[in-house]
Amino acid sequence: MFDIVIDWTPVWLTLQLATTTTIILLIIGTPLAWWLARTQCWCKSMIEAVISLPLVLPPTVLGFYLLVILSPQNWVGQLWLSITGTRLVFTFTGLVIGSVLFSLPFVVQPLQNAFSSVSQRILEAAATLGATPLDRFFTIAIPLARPGFLTAITLSFAHTVGEFGVVLMIGGSIPGKTQVLSIAIYEHVEKLEFEQAHILAGGMLLFSFLTLILLYSTNKYSLKKL
Amino acid sequence: MESIVAKFYLQKGNFVLDLEFNAPKQGVIAIFGPSGSGKTTLIRCIAGLERTPIGFLSINEQCWQDENRHFFLPTHQRSLGYVFQEANLFPHLTVEKNLHYGWRRTPARKITPDEVAELLGVTPLLKRYPIHLSGGERQRVAIARALLISPKLLLMDEPLAALDNQSKIEILPYLEKLHTEFSIPILYITHSLTEVMRLADHILVIDRGKLVANDSLSMILTRLDLPFTKTEEAGVVIEAKIIEHDKDFHLTYLTFADEKITVHKINSPIGQSVRVSIKARDVSLALVNETSSILNIFQAMITQLVEEEQAVVMVQLSVKGYPLLARITRKSVNLLNLTVGMVVYARVKSIALL
Repeated sequence: MFDIVIDWTPVWLTLQLATTTTIILLIIGTPLAWWLARTQCWCKSMIEAVISLPLVLPPTVLGFYLLVILSPQNWVGQLWLSITGTRLVFTFTGLVIGSVLFSLPFVVQPLQNAFSSVSQRILEAAATLGATPLDRFFTIAIPLARPGFLTAITLSFAHTVGEFGVVLMIGGSIPGKTQVLSIAIYEHVEKLEFEQAHILAGGMLLFSFLTLILLYSTNKYSLKKL
Repeated sequence: MESIVAKFYLQKGNFVLDLEFNAPKQGVIAIFGPSGSGKTTLIRCIAGLERTPIGFLSINEQCWQDENRHFFLPTHQRSLGYVFQEANLFPHLTVEKNLHYGWRRTPARKITPDEVAELLGVTPLLKRYPIHLSGGERQRVAIARALLISPKLLLMDEPLAALDNQSKIEILPYLEKLHTEFSIPILYITHSLTEVMRLADHILVIDRGKLVANDSLSMILTRLDLPFTKTEEAGVVIEAKIIEHDKDFHLTYLTFADEKITVHKINSPIGQSVRVSIKARDVSLALVNETSSILNIFQAMITQLVEEEQAVVMVQLSVKGYPLLARITRKSVNLLNLTVGMVVYARVKSIALL
């Protein structure tokens, strides 16, 4: 068993992808979730439905459309190519875009629920104490929505680590560039390299399990404190 | 002198708030009325938490809202303290950080958190989280937090309503302290007559979104066209000063309007102001001043007589300009031949300290 050579590049690539995706999702998802939690706009249900689509669509469907849209034949891919000189499909950037869209509901939904449960009266109290709307958002809404943030971060990270279909469609399996952990496992199995597949798959199982333990225990703790 | 000037018009479903008033800038102004009369909506408008399509508000000649010019100062720029029915403390912050929240955001601070914490008796609670406080403690922290922004106006929305009786008794002295130690005008919503009598100096009576009366406490309590005089508890509240303690008889002498009032001994120093209530049912009238077991007898002029039921008449009197009420039978009115303008002796059987 000791002579098996494991290539760790897919693991690092996966962690890099999951971290980047989570950070971008927090930046996009937080204001979006806040807006959805407060708005009475007629378009709210429609936007919620669009965000939740990745929950019901097979990843290959999303991956297929992204492949079409991001490819240089389409204007989005074309525009990107003319600005940066690089392509979107079969690159890390393309993977990030795909992952962000695919994990969007896993960030927006818990955040939206958490923001909805922040009482309007508490925010009004903060206003009477001289806090501007932005100040209230950062000092009251975000800390009170902390359990929602923990859930969102963990789910988005873990979901990106575990994704396969979207990544395969828009990234392919280019070692060191787009070959993430789940795809590396698939390739090992295809080549009948079961030992390598075992180590990577077992590692992933352990990682997912630890993530969930962390999530549930911290949420329990933060609820106790409140 | 009148420095709260307000005018609001707001329609919400079936409810219409439509009122206009001027109120003095000192003391406790009680907003009194039944539930659903628009009391909370009114102070939310004053706080800027609701914007009325027609509205004007100025506090001490500083304009907060003037819809004629489309001017509306947002809540966070208004110098006001707001104490909600539920304390609404920030659950993720300790008591100390709750107190600092508004204080740190106030440019012109006049008091420190330590002083206020001491005044409201919350110093031992500073390190605790709101969830570990009793209802009364939470409300005291909420009041302290509101005071720390050194507000020009303090709004209190039934701060005692959500509390049990024990907590009410515990917190009332602190509210009285606010009254005496700060010169901040307080708008105090309540539907409790006891709270009105203990705390208020001035009252706005509201019903179904309209202003019914706007006057000083003693005038409101004795106006025979308002509901206060129709209750069993009808009476007047007198602010009197302690002038002497009588150790032998275990009594305390108070003074108001050059009259002397005798009450059971009060454990407060000479010179202090206290509020006493004289109920209409405890006052009887006589034509001559003769010695009897009753110690408190005031010369008074009858200013109004209103028949309440077939047997009962409410008499409004004036003791050197201060109003007093007496509830007597119609038969007595006939026997004594009482008429408006007559000078009589009001004999007070009992005086309660508030």
